[in-house]
Amino acid sequence: MSDNQNVNTKKLMLYFPECETEKPIVYHLVKDYDLMINIYRARVTPDEEGYLVLDVTGQNENISEGIEFLKSLNIQINETVKGLTWDENKCVQCGSCVPHCPTEALSIPDRNLMEMVFNSNECIECLSCIKVCPFGAVASIF
Amino acid sequence: MKTIDQINEKISSGKAVVLTAEEVIGYVDKKGIEKAAKEVDVVTTATFGPMCSSGCFLNFGHSKPKMRITEAWLDDVSAYAGIAAVDLFLGATQLRANDPANLDYPGDFRFGGGHVMEKLIAGEEVQLFALSYGTDDYPRKELRTKITIDDLNQATMVNPRNCYQNYNVAINASNRPIHTYLGYLKPNMKNCGYSSAGQLSPLLNDPFYRTIGVGTRVWLAGAQGHVYSEGTQHSPTCDRGVMGVPSEGAGTLALTGDMKKMKPEFVRGVSLKGYGISLSVGVGIPIPVLDEEMLLQTTIRDRDIMAQVIDYSKDYPERNGKILGSVSYEELKSGFINLNGKKVEAGGLSSYAGARKIAGILKEEIRSGEFLLTSPIAPLPVEQSMKAMKEID
Repeated sequence: MSDNQNVNTKKLMLYFPECETEKPIVYHLVKDYDLMINIYRARVTPDEEGYLVLDVTGQNENISEGIEFLKSLNIQINETVKGLTWDENKCVQCGSCVPHCPTEALSIPDRNLMEMVFNSNECIECLSCIKVCPFGAVASIF
Repeated sequence: MKTIDQINEKISSGKAVVLTAEEVIGYVDKKGIEKAAKEVDVVTTATFGPMCSSGCFLNFGHSKPKMRITEAWLDDVSAYAGIAAVDLFLGATQLRANDPANLDYPGDFRFGGGHVMEKLIAGEEVQLFALSYGTDDYPRKELRTKITIDDLNQATMVNPRNCYQNYNVAINASNRPIHTYLGYLKPNMKNCGYSSAGQLSPLLNDPFYRTIGVGTRVWLAGAQGHVYSEGTQHSPTCDRGVMGVPSEGAGTLALTGDMKKMKPEFVRGVSLKGYGISLSVGVGIPIPVLDEEMLLQTTIRDRDIMAQVIDYSKDYPERNGKILGSVSYEELKSGFINLNGKKVEAGGLSSYAGARKIAGILKEEIRSGEFLLTSPIAPLPVEQSMKAMKEID
């Protein structure tokens, strides 16, 4: 990764409709496409559907090719929806989750208004918020 | 000096000047108390946080043949049937039948009485299952049906305790995590939980209950309800700070209102992991600006409202009265408090954003002449302490 200008990081959620788990996809992404992988969360069980949320870092070109490789394996890739969802209508804006979110993905930027904001790019899917939300406003897709 | 009648005349003619308890602070700073007291007629206050002491009375009408219900469940949540043939009382903190509670600690408590109330107000279908022993005039012994709030004759919310004047701040000084009704508390005082709307909260703006009393009309989750009594655990004799504002629990209100007129956004079931079920209800209360003194009380601000920090791992359950320190709501709302030199992260359970919204809605309802003010029919006690339970040695 010599050319830093083209280096980028993308957060992806992969969905395995059926068992593709026998293929070492992370290995191939690293080895064949020179990508750095940071796995946030995975649930991959043989013969069932599976999910994997990860960051890929590398040359834009390599990221694109890596994504194409994943698609060729019938893996669905979601770049917008991640494994954790925040339902604005269920949230009453109490803020009890904020001290438990390690990355400030859930935060109260304006302490006069005290309104909650969720920034999914900052979310590392530790799921701490799910345990503390009294209103079921945060949920995991898997 | 203004009377409530004079203020109501201005409201009816659409000329009342109404500000929220947040807006009034800056307004008085700018205009001065004398001028502002002449101009401002009403200050709206609000709160939207979990308040356990809640429930509802429901009347279902009669089945054919008739049934004198002795046991009943709404969506598998037990309701009290010892009132009348088809009257039930559903309590907000009642768990769903077969909830494992804390057997698998900490329990999730996903659904209970508060959630059934939320569903009813949202217009959703709820299952009624009822049993009876059968009588000559009420022969039916079992019943299963599905109803919505529209099928009920009456659905009346009661909050025997609401609008706690102030509340303590929970912290965990032990070396293991604990689950409380003020949230999940990390070990070694890493975070704390609080629950008050601070400067917007009704009884912090009328600390000696001069305008809020029995009979006061209130905005209860969108319906026009009223104060029917002092709330349970009403204990106004307490530590008080700036302008007589309590720095501990103090006063409470008992409220009631018609659930059929409530908005689901402001009635929400609460699942507190490891603790149980509760209910959050949005309340708005108008304060008539009778004179300068009343207006001055409504200018109380977060930095002058103090709350006591209590260790919920030991001192709170043991009821030993120990207090670790005092912090202001300005600090709490900033997200961090300084407790005896230690920086502690703070998270609220009461929605300040929700309270702001309610104070704004009530302001508009008063401005437009929809919501009129009332004089209390009886005052709330100003001197009274809370008794501890009498136990036999």
